[in-house]
Amino acid sequence: MTHTAIDLPRLPIGDWCAAVVLWAQENLGPILDAIYSVLRALDDKLAAGLHVVPALLMAVILGLVAWAASSWKLGVGTLLGMLLISTMGMWDEAMDTLSLVIVCSVVAMAFALPIGVAAARYEAVSHVVRPVLDFMQTLPVFVYLIPAVLLFGIGVVPGMVATIVFAMPPGVRLTELGIRQVDREVVEAGHAFGAAPRRILTRIQVPLAMPTIMAGVNQVIMLALSMVVVAGMVGAGGLGALVYQGITTMDMPLGFEGGIAVVILAMFLDRITAGLAGRSPVARVSKATARA
Amino acid sequence: MPAIEAEHLYKVFGRRARDGVTRLRQGATQQELNEQDGLTAAVIDASFTVEEGEIFVVMGLSGSGKSTLLRMVNGLLEPTAGSVTLMGANVTSAPPKTLRRIRRERVSMVFQHFALLPHRTVLENAAYGLETQGIGKAERARRAAEALELCGLGGWGDKLPGELSGGMQQRVGLARALAADTDILLMDEAFSALDPLIRRGMQDQLLELQSRLKKTILFITHDLNEAMRLGDRIAMMRNGRIVQIGTAEEILNDPANDYVARFIQDVDRSRVLTASSIMEPPVAVLRSEQGPRAAHKLMRENQLDTLLVVDRDRRIRGTVGEQTVVRAVETGTTGVEGLLERSVPTVSPDTVIADLLAEAADSEVPLAVVDEQERLVGVIPRVTLLTALSNTSATSEGGPDGEAQTDSATDPQPDPPAASAHDAEVPA
Repeated sequence: MTHTAIDLPRLPIGDWCAAVVLWAQENLGPILDAIYSVLRALDDKLAAGLHVVPALLMAVILGLVAWAASSWKLGVGTLLGMLLISTMGMWDEAMDTLSLVIVCSVVAMAFALPIGVAAARYEAVSHVVRPVLDFMQTLPVFVYLIPAVLLFGIGVVPGMVATIVFAMPPGVRLTELGIRQVDREVVEAGHAFGAAPRRILTRIQVPLAMPTIMAGVNQVIMLALSMVVVAGMVGAGGLGALVYQGITTMDMPLGFEGGIAVVILAMFLDRITAGLAGRSPVARVSKATARA
Repeated sequence: MPAIEAEHLYKVFGRRARDGVTRLRQGATQQELNEQDGLTAAVIDASFTVEEGEIFVVMGLSGSGKSTLLRMVNGLLEPTAGSVTLMGANVTSAPPKTLRRIRRERVSMVFQHFALLPHRTVLENAAYGLETQGIGKAERARRAAEALELCGLGGWGDKLPGELSGGMQQRVGLARALAADTDILLMDEAFSALDPLIRRGMQDQLLELQSRLKKTILFITHDLNEAMRLGDRIAMMRNGRIVQIGTAEEILNDPANDYVARFIQDVDRSRVLTASSIMEPPVAVLRSEQGPRAAHKLMRENQLDTLLVVDRDRRIRGTVGEQTVVRAVETGTTGVEGLLERSVPTVSPDTVIADLLAEAADSEVPLAVVDEQERLVGVIPRVTLLTALSNTSATSEGGPDGEAQTDSATDPQPDPPAASAHDAEVPA
């Protein structure tokens, strides 16, 4: 049984999108090059740094970070998890992936924070940003890869660009939400005592919104990790490449091991950011008062 | 120069708000403006001045526009029309930077829900105004600690606001405003979120502080008893307009319209009206150089069994009783000096009626009202006192008249009697 489309002229939406990408490719050369070199440099530097440290020492360092951010239990768990990755022979790939996730998350948050702040402050910005975020978040992740490859070629950078775009929305949303949720009277108090808007933002709104913003950071990191794996398809390397290789060669052991390594990284990053969120002054205060 | 001067302030919310002001000036009502133009007139043609060192209370129910009015005073809201001047500086036309300086240097604010920074200590919160003034850390800490001490929070500086009770948090809010050392203090329903007993304590503390600091205070409240207790003068607001400005007694004794009259009918007058407003002229008073015969005549004429005796300067010497006088007349004693009962209860003209009751209960003779030089200015016989007390309920029996009832039907606000019953003061 076939359905016939409603009898309307066909709109070549796909072509339009493609045209935009092609136009960008032709006309935004210098900008694209700049983006390319910055992202590339960031990732190279961080990855190199992570690779310099011997695996065992790095595992211990990550364990200590987890301990400091959360608890000794997480520290031990992290140490064991990292050792497991190492025994699976995936240490280098895991560090590549970690580097990608960190760089992409930092860049995504660097955009998300000011956009979120602007959206919280100006209703108009909020109205424009919201549908764009919906678009960014729900467009199937693979679709990003096509224009990314067209604009940046095969390699790490298109994967990073796709990751940044895909991971940014929760950062913007939760920043906006966090700032909007700050008690209006407290913000008013800042104005009433003659504080400048910038100081109100940095001394009152952002600190008080920090728990929510940190939840956004957590989401950004998780999305970045999931996208970085997909980005393995376009040559972003790391665990994603291993998983992709496992899929294309129907190599089940490789696929599972790569997958497990991703899960270990994910849990590590998730628990750490959650732990850090609980350490912000405001979160500490609400805990302290809940006890009292 | 008045500390605060508000001239013909309007605040209209909505598109083309200025046209709304024009319509209001042409006589449109708040309701018409809302229905025909879709505009919300929060404040309509409000003018008042607050003198230095005065506590000026703006009293109205929720939705009457009092908070909007307050926010125009320090420029948190820009008036749609009219102007505000603080110590001679025009707030309304000030560019943002100047406005911020005015706020830092001249006017601080206390908020209904305290508006403290939860992640900063009590001391840091109290120092907030000084921080925005750009004062160094050490000096800041010192002055904030002083302000906390003043508000009864010495030693609490290291705590976080969340660890304090509501009343104590508001003391921090008050300390923050006092530490900033501005001449003008705006208090927005500052005690409304507190329990009645705590609220009473805070009111006492504010009055005590005010007697020392002599700030200019603009206080917003929906609690009439609070308004009457704190306010040197009170502005009654309704539907965006100031309907009456006056002292508590002026408003009680001479309400400007039915709305005010209906509003004040359940006020505990015994705590607002003072001895001076119910005392009677001391006509039947014996001068100390007069004799028992004169005393007897005065008693017969005025149907009294006791007389107050005063000297030439109207200072009270004592009282004489009927039986003593009659016996003195029979024995032919001259002069009343030897007949005096010395213990005479005296009260000052500012004593509230509630505080007269105990005095009156213990005394056979009328209460003597004396001024600061101990001179007799009036008397309050027990009957007068009882009449004054019964009047407080007599007014409410009269009930609202026709117009007032129409008002209440269109009024989205809670019924004043219910509100004031809820806020009824707890007798000390």
